[in-house]
Amino acid sequence: MAKKKIVPTKTPMPEQPAPERIQNFDEVPYGYTPEQAMAEAKRCLQCKNAGCVDGCPVLVDIPAFLQLVADGDFRAAINLIKETNALPAITGRVCPQEEQCEGSCALCKRFEPVAIGRLERFVADWEAAQGPPTIPELPPATGKKVAVVGSGPAGLTVAADLVREGHHVTIFEALHEAGGVLVYGIPEFRLPKAIVRREVEYVCALGAKLVKDFVVGTSASIDELLEEYDAIFLGTGAGLPWFMNIPGENLNGVYSANEYLTRANLMKAYRFPEYDTPIVRGRQVATIGGGNVAMDSARSALRLGAKESLIVYRRSREEMPCREEEIHHAIEEGVQLNLLLTPVAFHGDGNGWVKEIECLKNELGEPDASGRRRPVPIPGSNFRIPADVVVIAIGQSPNPLIPNTTSGLETARWGNIIVDEQTMKTSKKGVFAGGDVATGGATVILAMGQAKIAAEAVNEYLETGDW
Amino acid sequence: MVETTRDTWDAERHANDPIEPGPVTVVKREPLAPNVQLLTVRAPTVAGKIQPGQFVILRADEFGERIPLTVADWNREEGTVSCAFLQVGTSTYKLGNLNAGDTLATFVGPLGKSMELDRWGTVLCAGGCYGIGSIYPVARALKEKGNQVISLIEGRSSFLLYWLDRLESVSDRVMIATHDGSLGEKDGFPGMVGDLLESGEHLDRVIAIGCTYMMYEMAMTTRPFEVKTIVSLNPIMIDGTGMCGACRVLVGGETKFACVDGPDFDAHQVDWDLLLSRRKAYLGPETDSAEVS
Repeated sequence: MAKKKIVPTKTPMPEQPAPERIQNFDEVPYGYTPEQAMAEAKRCLQCKNAGCVDGCPVLVDIPAFLQLVADGDFRAAINLIKETNALPAITGRVCPQEEQCEGSCALCKRFEPVAIGRLERFVADWEAAQGPPTIPELPPATGKKVAVVGSGPAGLTVAADLVREGHHVTIFEALHEAGGVLVYGIPEFRLPKAIVRREVEYVCALGAKLVKDFVVGTSASIDELLEEYDAIFLGTGAGLPWFMNIPGENLNGVYSANEYLTRANLMKAYRFPEYDTPIVRGRQVATIGGGNVAMDSARSALRLGAKESLIVYRRSREEMPCREEEIHHAIEEGVQLNLLLTPVAFHGDGNGWVKEIECLKNELGEPDASGRRRPVPIPGSNFRIPADVVVIAIGQSPNPLIPNTTSGLETARWGNIIVDEQTMKTSKKGVFAGGDVATGGATVILAMGQAKIAAEAVNEYLETGDW
Repeated sequence: MVETTRDTWDAERHANDPIEPGPVTVVKREPLAPNVQLLTVRAPTVAGKIQPGQFVILRADEFGERIPLTVADWNREEGTVSCAFLQVGTSTYKLGNLNAGDTLATFVGPLGKSMELDRWGTVLCAGGCYGIGSIYPVARALKEKGNQVISLIEGRSSFLLYWLDRLESVSDRVMIATHDGSLGEKDGFPGMVGDLLESGEHLDRVIAIGCTYMMYEMAMTTRPFEVKTIVSLNPIMIDGTGMCGACRVLVGGETKFACVDGPDFDAHQVDWDLLLSRRKAYLGPETDSAEVS
């Protein structure tokens, strides 16, 4: 048999041209056609010991699903993915594939990896286009009740898994729309909200009940919920924004990324005045940070009409923690990178509005705990960058609201809830936690991976009562 | 198909369930004064939990802004909550157009810390504008704690005042101040409170709720007398759970989130210039949705 000729590069995914897309909030890539998907899936070598599967936090059987796509059996492909990943339309769009499945692809040694993320997205979108999803047969009701706190990726995953076990699941959401960071944080142009709604509706169609506008901690305490429910899963995310604690941070026009993105996404400020929530449309917007949230903010700023959108980051391009695709898209759209800078103050215009960021230049020193080279400010290198809107996207930690109102729930530094990583059990009986509330700011797929571990442990706890 | 895991949403059954509540509906909407309305809704979750000084976040419809309102009254048995608010922008006009039976897009709470309540002795409870409603449950709770309660209501003119009778029922004394002198003391309350303190009347604590400028004036009035003064701050908010940081205020040199660290703060520690400036952030020509009082 002749050796298979390998196409060296990924099949390109059609997308909106940059000058056009910065005028709208529509999704950037259009997705593959069936023909493009099948061609791309055929690039898979079908490795026996597939590294891609090990690279996937929820262990999707990637070679098998790629084979099904190559064969054109999209239905079987999506069903296979959904056995281990309840939210493929979302993870196909937001996973850092280059660090996970695609980063472990055997093709990487010489070529570009198989576009696993794009194919995952393709089959999920294909399924959605076929009409309402099929609801699997459910086991008889166990009579056990579970409260899931937070409707982000972790909460939705736990809810779906536990409903499938026959438990009665109620999801509590503090905001007026379900999805957590998927709706308030990640912008429409990267993850259309219709997709999130579809996934939420699917979990509800399975039988989970959704209670919105309910702040667990104040609307009802964890102890009160434990009187009604047999187990609780906390998937409340990392919602507490970090500020820099430098002078001028409270000037008007200085936003946390959480606020900037929540206004733009959840509150749809980009459609103001059709929607009532305003947002400051800066001419020169500076975003501080180098992660996905920073890229989302900088790209949103362009779409909100900024003439210039800058990233201000303290290390170099190599150390930026964002997904490769995000920085690629950001630069394509005209976002300017200002690297190796440490902001030291914000200066106002005399009327309460931000006008400039004062920065120090950095050089890279020895690697720090994260393995990345530490930025070292150069004394006396101060200079100012003009900016009428500043977005601070330097990270976030878990919201202390639940730990502060719950007895016996232990937290670590930064407020992360302490869990046993094998079971996601917290220090409080009957209470499990997973996702960013346990790890601090991480990724959608890691949250889902932890949620799957938690769901199994919740199920076992409900059966045995053993803690 | 298993009934218990598949039951569909049943608003009727859940209407009075505090843990899995149904939609929040308007019971009554009534004008209290020109541009000041009282909205009473059925919200058993909030009604069962709310304490004086706490607030809720509302959205009139799917396009609406999330706005915080301090609660003016509640009935735990009937599961109802009432909020007084000033109609100044798009969002509050929408709220003011709701009628009995209408459903609110969002009504979430209780939010914020409850007001510190104790038996201090003599407490002055001051309310202006929407704050006349908000100060009422505070005065009531302080009276129940055994305090001597002096209530003070203020406004530009007598027709802007309301709930005099309610405040009288929970106060040992009610003082009234108007700018035009149409009722009570003329030229507003600062002179009145200053005179009171200068006359040797001992106040153990002052609590003021109203527009930012009214609370600022109270802070300035009581500062020379070193009377502990608590104000309920009203910065712009979005989520109300500490997630966005829009509501940051500077108190005693430290940045606080009014939604979770407040809304009540020591008036003499508040950076009022910053609060007033941040309140005006959306008062641009294109931002008629913003509310500033």
